Amino acid sequence: MRRRSRAIAGVSVLALGAGLAACAPADSTPVLTWYTNPDAGGQATLAQQCTEEAGGAYRIEVSVLPRDASSQREQLARRLAASDSSIDLMSLDPPFIPELANAGFLAPVPDDVAEQVSQDVAEGALQGASWGDELVTVPFWANTQLLWYKKSVAEAAGLDPASTPVTWDQVMDTARDQDKTLGVQGIKAEAYTVWINALVESAGGQIVENPEAPAEDVQLGLETDAGREAARIIGEIGKDRLGGPGLPTQDENASLTQFQGDSGSFMVNWPFVWPAMQASVEDGALDQSFLDDVGWAVYPQVTEGTEAAPPYGGINLGVGAFSEHVDEAYEAAACIVKPENQAAYFVTDGNPPASTVAYDDPKVQETFPMADVIRQSLEQAAPRPQTPYYNEVSQGLQETWHPPASVDPDRTPQESTDFITAVLRGERLL
Amino acid sequence: MAAKATRGAGPGKASKPRKSDRARAEARLGWWLAGPAFVVMLAVTAYPILQAVYDSLFRYRLTAPDDRAFVGLGNYGVVLGDPVFWQSLGVTTLIMVITVAIELVLGFALALVMHRAVLRLRGLLRTAILVPYGIITVVSAFAWFYAFDISSGYVNSWFDWVPGISEDLNWFAGTGTSLFVIIASEVWKTTPFISLLLLAGLAQVPGDLEEAAQVDGATWWQRMKRVVLPNMKAAIMVAVLFRALDAFRIFDNVFIMTNGANGTTVLSLLAYRTSIGRLEIGLGSAISVLLFICVIIICFIAIKIFKVDLAGARGEK
Repeated sequence: MRRRSRAIAGVSVLALGAGLAACAPADSTPVLTWYTNPDAGGQATLAQQCTEEAGGAYRIEVSVLPRDASSQREQLARRLAASDSSIDLMSLDPPFIPELANAGFLAPVPDDVAEQVSQDVAEGALQGASWGDELVTVPFWANTQLLWYKKSVAEAAGLDPASTPVTWDQVMDTARDQDKTLGVQGIKAEAYTVWINALVESAGGQIVENPEAPAEDVQLGLETDAGREAARIIGEIGKDRLGGPGLPTQDENASLTQFQGDSGSFMVNWPFVWPAMQASVEDGALDQSFLDDVGWAVYPQVTEGTEAAPPYGGINLGVGAFSEHVDEAYEAAACIVKPENQAAYFVTDGNPPASTVAYDDPKVQETFPMADVIRQSLEQAAPRPQTPYYNEVSQGLQETWHPPASVDPDRTPQESTDFITAVLRGERLL
Repeated sequence: MAAKATRGAGPGKASKPRKSDRARAEARLGWWLAGPAFVVMLAVTAYPILQAVYDSLFRYRLTAPDDRAFVGLGNYGVVLGDPVFWQSLGVTTLIMVITVAIELVLGFALALVMHRAVLRLRGLLRTAILVPYGIITVVSAFAWFYAFDISSGYVNSWFDWVPGISEDLNWFAGTGTSLFVIIASEVWKTTPFISLLLLAGLAQVPGDLEEAAQVDGATWWQRMKRVVLPNMKAAIMVAVLFRALDAFRIFDNVFIMTNGANGTTVLSLLAYRTSIGRLEIGLGSAISVLLFICVIIICFIAIKIFKVDLAGARGEK
């Protein structure tokens, strides 16, 4: 009996010891939690690489955020509002940066880090990483949309988008004449705002005239020739069913599926479609002849002869204001965004670098024959409105411009302006 | 709950003003037993509701904590004066009325089948009918979404022989078709619940009453109308009330399938979008409080319409 008790006591002590050991940190190395957007695993690889390079100064652990950008923003904003100290590093979508910076949720970027991470970075990416003329995040990768097209369709219409920029009207006429569909994102989601913004910016306007103004003073630039021209293009594509029957629910992936079908002609989409199409060919879902027929060019122009302002996206790295390891987090961020890491990430995950020199990497050039077009597109790209009230502006646009077939240049810009202004003043619900 | 237990256990106050020792001890025991549950209930329901009521009196955005200001009932004014709120309320009520009506008829039919099924088949039948209810709502919402989605769905190709359905039909691009899929998925998912409640009600109908009616020459329909249905009134009320409240709080199906596009925004989605999406805690709380008031009104109406005395149904009178 006694022996049994002793055995139980021994086992208990061992179990307790093991439990305590599991609770206690294995060493005193600071652990940095990096909240990443979902990708093909490239950010986790970079975390591991930088952990190894740090030589024990810190260890980066990755925690994956929800899939869509709005949900990522929601989760981060709620945690940061509760002063969550577990947020050391976060992958942030540029349009949501002003809101977090304005609320004081981001730790200031040290001068030396700011200098180091802004060298040879695309201008659009630097703008997207800043708020109020100050760098508040570290540029990581910068995305932009290209015009993807089937060479056979373009040739039949007498167009060569690779050498001469095409206009939206030309693209629409080609689809109409050849009974084809256009790959655009008409879903009531962030992707739709991206399209609206690109059209307004390409027509020489801007959705928000004074992005840094307080909510009640925000002025919109939709009731302008640029706003009306954007509405005309979207309305025409919707009414003439040029986007196909799936347009009102079509996101980037659905656009790609449509483009890969027989009815596909032109598509505006992010560069991730290139590795996706290649993978489909490797899997046998698509013929190599399809891939050979795919061409790419800079985003279509709204007005012939006026350079287009393609969508700008990407991810920047923010450091949480409540993190207990701010210095280490900035060291880690500087490591993650090294040009060679950005190039490697582009090759593995298809997300283009913010660093302009990373495009010269031979592997990048080999994997992405359109790398130079992407770099050019990034230089022309225009970000979405950089305002702390971006969410309201974006959702307000989606409420008033959806479905695409309902968009009317004489009515929609004005309705949209009235609605968004009322929402920002707290007079209307979204 | 504790109060009722006391009343049930002890003699009436009016006839005997002084309780016996035993009655008092039972009452005390009742409080001891029900007390912890009562406290937990208060903590998990009353506290959040009171907090929401308090928050709804402020203009408060989570990402602008310094701009917090007391606005009294201003948020309620904004919500009640906005067509978006009334449209959401209309859509929510429409979904609730249609789903409950369909489910009541379907559920009753299924309950009859289960009730009359051969003993050997009864277990299998109940399990089969309950499968949809066992599936997590988000999972079933995704299943229905992918079935009807224009690029991944199979419904269009399977049913293109039905007038109005073709390969080009985008179910989630219009209000009517979106609501049709949302309602159909809701009916599919929760009819088992209502049928199970009605089955319990059917089991309570005294067999001798039915037999007597049959002997008297009553037809099947007459037996249903005059014997079965009146005897299971309490069960029907519980089924309707529970499902109506459940349907009024619909969220998952709409969130997954349309996310409120094409005028399909329901009240809970509006509350979510305002509180979580826009981080407008004050305005969102006001919508949540109004949603809560709607739920109370539905309870009140259901109890009034059915005029069911639950105490009588329990045999306490």
